[in-house]
Amino acid sequence: MTSSAKTRSFPKVEFTDSEAGALEFPSSKSRAYNYFKPAKLRATVYEDVTVDVQPDPERHLSQGWIYGFADGPGGYPQEWTAAKSSNWHAFLDPNEEWEQTIYRNNSAVVRQVSLCLENAKRAGAYGNWNTAWQKFIARNLGAWMHAENGMALHVFTSIQRSGPTNMINTAVAVNAAHKMRFAQDLALFNLDLSESLDTFDGSVHKEVWASAEEWQPTRKVVEELTAVGDWAELLFGTNVVFEQLVGQLFRSELVMQISATNGDYITPTIVGTGEHDYSRDLGYTRALFRLLTRDERFGGTNRELFGQWLAKWVPPCLEAAYALQPIWSQPAEKARTFADSLAATKEKFTQLLEEIGLDTPKELDK
Amino acid sequence: MSRQSLTKAHNKITELSWEPTFATPATRFGTDYTFEKAPKKDPLKQIMRSYFPMEEEKDNRVFGAMDGAIRGNMFRQVQQRWLEWQKLFLSIIPFPEISAARAMPMAIDAVPNPEIHNGLAVQMIDEVRHSTIQMNLKKLYMNNYIDPAGFDITEKAFANNYAGTIGRQFGEGFITGDAITAANIYLTVVAETAFTNTLFVAMPDEAAANGDYLLPTVFHSVQSDESRHISNGYSILLMALADERNRPLLERDLRYAWWNNHCVVDAAIGTFIEYGTKDRRKDRESYAEMWRRWIYDDYYRSYLLPLEKYGLVIPHDLVEEAWNRITNKFYVHRVAQFFATGWPVNYWRIDGMTDADFEWFEDKYPGWYSQFGKWWEAYNRLRYPGRNKPIAFEEVGYEYPHRCWTCMVPCLIREDLVVDKVDGQWRTYCSETCAWTDKVAFRPEYEGRETPNMGRLTGQREWETLHHDRDLADIVADLGYVRDDGKTLIPQPHLDLDDPKKLWTLDDIRGIRFASPNVTLNQMSDQEREEWAAAYRANPNVTVA
Repeated sequence: MTSSAKTRSFPKVEFTDSEAGALEFPSSKSRAYNYFKPAKLRATVYEDVTVDVQPDPERHLSQGWIYGFADGPGGYPQEWTAAKSSNWHAFLDPNEEWEQTIYRNNSAVVRQVSLCLENAKRAGAYGNWNTAWQKFIARNLGAWMHAENGMALHVFTSIQRSGPTNMINTAVAVNAAHKMRFAQDLALFNLDLSESLDTFDGSVHKEVWASAEEWQPTRKVVEELTAVGDWAELLFGTNVVFEQLVGQLFRSELVMQISATNGDYITPTIVGTGEHDYSRDLGYTRALFRLLTRDERFGGTNRELFGQWLAKWVPPCLEAAYALQPIWSQPAEKARTFADSLAATKEKFTQLLEEIGLDTPKELDK
Repeated sequence: MSRQSLTKAHNKITELSWEPTFATPATRFGTDYTFEKAPKKDPLKQIMRSYFPMEEEKDNRVFGAMDGAIRGNMFRQVQQRWLEWQKLFLSIIPFPEISAARAMPMAIDAVPNPEIHNGLAVQMIDEVRHSTIQMNLKKLYMNNYIDPAGFDITEKAFANNYAGTIGRQFGEGFITGDAITAANIYLTVVAETAFTNTLFVAMPDEAAANGDYLLPTVFHSVQSDESRHISNGYSILLMALADERNRPLLERDLRYAWWNNHCVVDAAIGTFIEYGTKDRRKDRESYAEMWRRWIYDDYYRSYLLPLEKYGLVIPHDLVEEAWNRITNKFYVHRVAQFFATGWPVNYWRIDGMTDADFEWFEDKYPGWYSQFGKWWEAYNRLRYPGRNKPIAFEEVGYEYPHRCWTCMVPCLIREDLVVDKVDGQWRTYCSETCAWTDKVAFRPEYEGRETPNMGRLTGQREWETLHHDRDLADIVADLGYVRDDGKTLIPQPHLDLDDPKKLWTLDDIRGIRFASPNVTLNQMSDQEREEWAAAYRANPNVTVA
């Protein structure tokens, strides 16, 4: 005896002819978001998915914010920074970051780093590293990864709550993702080295970051940056000053320059991804602060404000840079002097300030 | 990566944090919770090296499906009844998503556990993903669906619409006030853990039944991130439970968050599912049945109830009352009726209900027809312009409801109306719990204890007051809900696009004065108000003929 088959139930397909163009009627061809003016004739995907997603009482939000803080309004008050803009919404991220770019770009980096590490292991590339270089990487690259992680979690993740527009906050959120990935890549590289080389000290980085004399001014600036409440000052102090005078100095003007001559082709590949990230992140930072210095109404006061921020952040960053000088002497092959690295760093910094529309601060020469 | 390697890798990554000695991160967002006694919980082992490729792969599947939908002419079989409601839903949801991203540093500020910070930062990136992928889905609808009007003004309409405002608190609640109330209890413990089940699982199911398989593709991809977020929320909850001083705050916040989520999410998603579908198979689950499965059984019984072993008082009464409102008090149906009543100030079209719908509703919700049947018949009768005004301005036995000051869904279960003078103003509330939320929970003191970080209800909360005593045509024109010929309305109380004579224009609604019930309420004497409230509660609001 066979049991009767259970009757399957499923929705009926119905041809509704609901395709675009099936009929003509008012607005039947209105196929673009029409509540903002795109930068060019036609909106990019980035603009479409980002602009006005965070509402603003100055743009469309008729009832205002309906939940507030105990001591002030909710939403994204413009008073959360001393910088002023006659139109914060004019900022668009030149990198046009949105979901697809985040995952495509970072996955490409992951593949590059993974391949590099696999090949290094296969080729026994670490075997050529002399003791001095192992120590240099263990101590210094190890210490630096803490700085990257601190910026990820307590600088950029934090800022993206506070900017007055979705375009600013999304660009900063992507910056946080870059920093987090890069910090982890350095940590996992450290783990790989510990497992590949008996003589590599994979835990010394904690002690170096916590107490080695040459790194304390760097740690001090990072911690002081995270204590800043004004989001634009935090972004300026980090991406315009600290990353230029300390980050680039260490990554670009030291590690990237001397690794090859010390028999290491792995580190520059990984650190290069961090440099690439910073280059992208500097792009949006530059665009934002340039917008503020060129603001017709507030440009003057903003330039003055940024001058104050430079006076505040350049000295401790320079102090951090000078404190790092001894590490230039640690590798066996000293392909570059501290003076050369610092000069190149200052030149790039000056150029960046020029692009933003700011004078070189007198503190830079002290 | 092997499990052993994964553990090693994760341990290595946890070495990246340190205890600062020169300065501590600024606390921008305060909390009245304390975590001094909290054990360090490490919920989410997320390594960026695996995270990015995993999400890229998920994206590739989503975008592949999008291409397929266009090549396969999905819009030939999409139900317009369904897609019209997406104009509302997809204008709301990207904001809560991006707000969830913005909420993460609030949780990081509040919870002194470096090990959880990593998981919260990853959630931030997920939420940016969700917001932008949903905006992109909407763009695809706008480009390929027969009627793009409403999609084309989406974020503007969301920001100035009465229904958008109801939805907006779902996001604003994440980013304001006490950091733990907002970013943990309201966002993660209740919204993400309970209500995304109906949002991102039950609703896509209904989309597929209506010929739309892109919504399921995108939202299931989104939902696959949510389980990680749920573990973030649970870890912080357990940390908070370690300190007895947090208990009253946790209980307060669970009551507020549960009830507000119920009022807002069930109103919206319930309406989309029950009134946006053409699938009237009797064995299709109703929203109430879905709710029973996803929220009552999966969340309440499996997640909330076990918290009782930690001594936490669970809001059983509010869970049961939500269920009671959904089943016995016709909550979702009253909301759908209200949305349809208000069609002239919408930016989507609302299809009328037919005999097939009536039969299904009566089967799933016995008594439905006697409450709503005649009204929907009147809705259909009055759907074209020329001989009548919009239904809200015709005498069909339906009294326009007052707005709940707290959840902003109107006071639709009329017998539950609460009227009170708060902060010098007469306000109406849909329920005792919404009244409590405004009068007791969102205040600087709670049960004799100072709560200086608790948020506040702010803004022009009553949408109708903003437009009080104005001509309806002027209101609609100012809101921008007009098509590109400058006169035809975006909203219509039907789906017929084939005949211009069937489409309402500004001329058809000119001369109608729009009034705010709350303004009138505040003009009443004490006696008038008492009589009015008694009559409001007693009125079943049923269309008779």
